[in-house]
Parts: sequence; structure tokens; C-alpha cells
Amino acid sequence: MPSPPQSEPRTINVDYLARVEGEGSMKVVVRDGTIEEVEFGIFEPPRYFEAFLRGRRFFEAPDITARICGICPVAYQMSSAHAMEMAAGVTVDGMLRELRRLLYCGEWIESHVLHVFMLHAPDFLGYESAIHMAADHRELVEMALRMKKAGNRLVQVLGGREIHPINVKLGGFYSVPSRADLQSLVEELEWCRDAAIKSVGVVAGLPTPQIEMDFEFVSLRHPSEYPFNEGRIVSSKGLDIDISEWNDYFREEHVERSNALQGWLKSGGAYHVGPLARYANNYELLSPLARKAAEDAGIGPVVNNPFQSIVVRAVETVFAIEEALRIIDAYEAPKVASVPVIPKAGIGHGATEAPRGLLYHRYEIDSEGLIVEAQIVPPTAQNQPTIESDLRAVLEANLELSDDDLQWRLEQSIRNYDPCISCATHFLRLDIDRG
Amino acid sequence: MSDKPRLAVFKFASCDGCQLSLLDAEDHLLAVAEAVEIANFAEASRDITPGPYDVSLVEGSITTPHDAERIREVRRDSKFLVTIGACATAGGIQALRNWKDVRDFTSYVYANPQYIETLSTSTPVKNHVEVDFELRGCPISKEQLIEVVSALLHGRRPNIPSFSVCVECKRRGTPCVMVAQGIPCLGPITQAGCNGLCPAYERGCFGCFGPMESVNAASLTGKWMEMGVKSSDVVRALRTYNAYAEPFREASDAIAATE
Repeated sequence: MPSPPQSEPRTINVDYLARVEGEGSMKVVVRDGTIEEVEFGIFEPPRYFEAFLRGRRFFEAPDITARICGICPVAYQMSSAHAMEMAAGVTVDGMLRELRRLLYCGEWIESHVLHVFMLHAPDFLGYESAIHMAADHRELVEMALRMKKAGNRLVQVLGGREIHPINVKLGGFYSVPSRADLQSLVEELEWCRDAAIKSVGVVAGLPTPQIEMDFEFVSLRHPSEYPFNEGRIVSSKGLDIDISEWNDYFREEHVERSNALQGWLKSGGAYHVGPLARYANNYELLSPLARKAAEDAGIGPVVNNPFQSIVVRAVETVFAIEEALRIIDAYEAPKVASVPVIPKAGIGHGATEAPRGLLYHRYEIDSEGLIVEAQIVPPTAQNQPTIESDLRAVLEANLELSDDDLQWRLEQSIRNYDPCISCATHFLRLDIDRG
Repeated sequence: MSDKPRLAVFKFASCDGCQLSLLDAEDHLLAVAEAVEIANFAEASRDITPGPYDVSLVEGSITTPHDAERIREVRRDSKFLVTIGACATAGGIQALRNWKDVRDFTSYVYANPQYIETLSTSTPVKNHVEVDFELRGCPISKEQLIEVVSALLHGRRPNIPSFSVCVECKRRGTPCVMVAQGIPCLGPITQAGCNGLCPAYERGCFGCFGPMESVNAASLTGKWMEMGVKSSDVVRALRTYNAYAEPFREASDAIAATE
């Protein structure tokens, strides 16, 4: 018996996703109005960081792991440095701790502004790129470039250079800036603060697709600070654990037809890391101007529409600038640039907030300070299942769109996560069907 | 299609940092976009047009059979092919696999090693196709990037120094960290390009720009060992982002052989 005739499936295939960091693809198949396949694929080649970290000195981890990602190297330096310090039983506090927050402010500013204006905003306005957008919105793009430059400048002054900074050391820094070095940044940062407040209004006014998701938001939470480097890992649905308990609550899974190891809560669900998660879990700890910008933009303390992540990134940019100005204002150069970190055999964990979400590191080191085991869980890997469930929901809600428009809308919903595929891939499973 | 020169940016195994340098050139980006047609730059634009290209910037090393094929296509499509950064010019940090059995690496990192399609080595682009210019650095210097692109577009040779980091420290007025503070430094054998960055932050150079021209690595590594650095740590220092660049590779292999 021949099977009943089926209509031709509607297939949207994007071999190489643009305006994301790294090499990813997307495929959806719809037949007779039913979704048959949704795949956010990864074909970035593996680079084996965890493998070759074994046998390296523990103090090399910040510089080596920075090379996982050119966009968020500070995040890798912070997670690895804190993990090694925990293993060695050392705490970095006072001004050195503040300087680490300041360095992270710089990375959030440059990374968020890059994503909001150069990679994501063009989707909302129908431009192929920020360069195309600049033809009609030159002032906006110039404002964004100036803000991005200020974030980069902050990382440069404190870290030595904006990509793969050289100044982060276990126990602190190789060299600390003078008060005057940091004061020289203030005027430009004040300009940026006003520009950032303005840009919250701009992105809140963009035509935004409407969709509500039921996310479990996972981020750090600290009792008194919007989190960068320190806090417990919490979720919007009740998780509240010490960072050292990570592997008891989170797992990675191979899913049939999926290209990637995906992050799941052991209790069962997919979860969401990144600006929306930090914002929902720490709203009351935002700085005053950042909270006011969010209120003026009309977003509540919890945002469940992933397309509004662009607004939350802009709000976090206001926060990062205000926080940078606060730290610089109170700054006095510490007497020592670092505290000693003497290796001892043990295990250390580091969990910090990369611009695109929680970044967990775990290392075992021996008494000589050689790395025995390394585990790195980047934010984009964790967001994979959530990105796919968003794609499914966006697809269902937009089947009436033409293939071109639908493809663009789906790409836009992947970019809601500011995916960093180079980060994710050093540990993602690769399954390339070259037919 | 405009009559402007066509620029393309390609990524292989890498961290994206070197191509990000183009977007980080905030003061020049819009001017570059006016001077050239950005014909293929996936990180920045979904408007991707087929070759031929006048200048192709290639980031990343070759680590998969597919990429070994793809780089040939890039070469065919490109008038000038410029490699940007330590991965593309030397194989990058991921070239550390070249000293190990990559199957062990795969089974350490991945639960289903049979799904991984990879080469046993990470190699620079020049091992696969002819390269017109190599820009060093982990990451590259964005000023050097702008210099290379504008030189090629104007038909002149890029003005990129090949002397060592030491020259930059002297120019910058940084006291030698090795002489004055006894900090081991790779500056004497490392090509300039960072403006003597690490010593200015009271740290020894760790070799981001790879070996300078006519290196005497044995002399420097001998000095390090005199200063009390263990030979295994000298090997580690030479085996980072430019580990597989020949002079660094030969120097680390020579020391490792004596261990």
C-alpha cells in the first residue's frame, strides 16, 4: 500500500548564521503546518581547552582560558582566577576586588553595546548590518561606537588591552592603575551614562515581536550587589546553591538530532542564563539610574519576552557605567597589586557573570600547582535547549510569514541570546552530517 | 555591486578576537566601510555575497578535513589572502594537540568521540595554501590591521616591524623587567606589535606575537634556566599561542628532549 501523499515540507535552512560570534547554523522543517524539526546547530571546530589545560600551571589558566573567547575574555579570566584562588584558599578583597568589578564593567559595556547596536538592533529595523543601518541612522551608530570605545578603553587601561587583557593575575593584578589613570576616564564615562540612558529609550521603542515564555532564570545572586564575580547560584523557580554544588544540580545531555551537549537542570528543565536572568533575579540591586531607565522603558522587574533582551542589555549597560563611575570615585590605589596565591592540592570553583550569562569553571590542582582536571561550562552551551524551545514557539506563532521573513525572525530570536559559539564549542559535541 | 574593493573575513578554529578587532576599530570602522565593500563578514552582516574578493582576512587555524578544503576555496576566491592572528599564522593554542594523541583529547572532552571529525593537528593557513601577508598577534593589533588593509588597497607593502618587543620597551622607556626585576621575559625573541605591553604592566612578555626574525631562542632559554626557571616551565612558556611556530617549536622540543 502506498502511503498517503504528503505535501512538500517547508524547510528553512541557514548554513551560516550571521551576526553571532562563531560558526552556527539553523534548520527548521514544517509539514502541513506541523513543526517536524527545529535545530540550532554548531559546526565550530573543537579546540580542546579542558584537555590541554591538564598539566599546565594553575596560574596560566586566566591567560589560556581567555583565548576561548575574544569577546568575553575577562569572564574567562575572572571565573578561572576565582576558581584557582578558591583551590588555594585565598580571598581577594578590598580595592583589588573592586578593580575586578571595574574590569568586568568595561567588558559588559563593550560587549553589550556591540551586541545591542552592531549585531541585534539591525534585526528590529530590517537592516542586514549596523553598517547598512548607519546609512540611515548614522548618529545612532556613531553614538554606539563611542560607547563601545569607552568600554574598551576601560578594559584597556585596567587590563592592558581590550582583547585578551594581560593584567589579570591570581591574587589580583600585575600592576594597578593610579587614581589619576582612572580619573581620566570619568568625563567620557559620564557622557556614556547619558548616552546609555538614551539608548534604553531607543531600543525600547523598536518594533518588538511579542511572545511570552515561561523561563527558569539562572544567575548569580549576591546579598548587596548586582552580580559580577560573586554570589550564590539561584533560579527564579527556587534553586539556591553554593557554586561548589554545580555538578549536583546541573547536567549536560546528548539529545538525538541535536548537535550539542545541552545544559539542563537535574531536576528536569531547560533554563535561561544571561541578562534577562540576572535582571529577574537581581532587579532590586540595580543602580538607581538603571532601574529608572527600566521603569521609563516600561519593562517590569521580570521580562519574559526574549525579544526584549535588547532592552535589558541596554539597562545593564547603564548599570555597568554607573557602577564603574562609583568604583572610580571611591578608588585609592592599593598598596600591593596582588596577594600571594600559594598552590595546594584541591578543587576550586569559579562562577561569574559573562555578558551573555553564567560561566562556570571547576579545576582540580595538585600540590605543585599543576592542573589535574578542568571543566568549563559556558553560557551559550547552557542556553541551547532554551534557544531551541524559543525557536519552536516563534515558529508556531509566525507560520504565516513568508520564508524570507520567517527565516529572519528565527535568526533574530537566536540573536536574542547573543550566542557565543566559539565559547560553547570547545566542549560541545560535534556531529556533522556531510551527506 | 559597487566598484569599491571587496573585503571578506573568514573564520576557522579561533576565538573570534582578531576579526573583532575590525569592529573594535571604532574610529575607523565607518571609514573602512565607505572605502571598501564589506562583501562577506558574517560576524557583522547577514549580507554575504560570493567571491571573488580583493582582500580576504582569514582568522583561525585548520583543524578539520572540511576546513582544509574550505581554505582552498577561500584562496581561489581571493586576490590577497591575509592571515590575522596567532591561530591563522601559527596554529594557535589549539596546536598543543600536535604534541599529543588527539584521540585522547577527544575522549577527555567529548562523551561521544565517534561523532568528532577532526584532524590530528592544528596548523597554520600557510601549510595549506599560499598566503600573501601574515599579521601576528594573540590578538592582532587593530592599528596593524588597518595598516595592512590600507597598504594592500593602495598597492604598497604593509609597514609592519619584524624586530623584537625589546625595541618597543626601549622606545616606551620601560626598564627591562628581566634585568631590573629578574622577571623571565620572552620579549627578546618575540616580534613587536603590542607596544611592549606586558613589561609596562610589570610582567614578562609571554609571546603573543610569536617569534621575531632570526631568533636566538637557546640563548634566552639558557638565561631563564640560569635565573632558576625549571626546564619544564620553559617548555610551557614556549608552548602557548604560537607554540607551533617553528623557532618556538624547535626550542621547546630541544629542551623537552633533555628532560
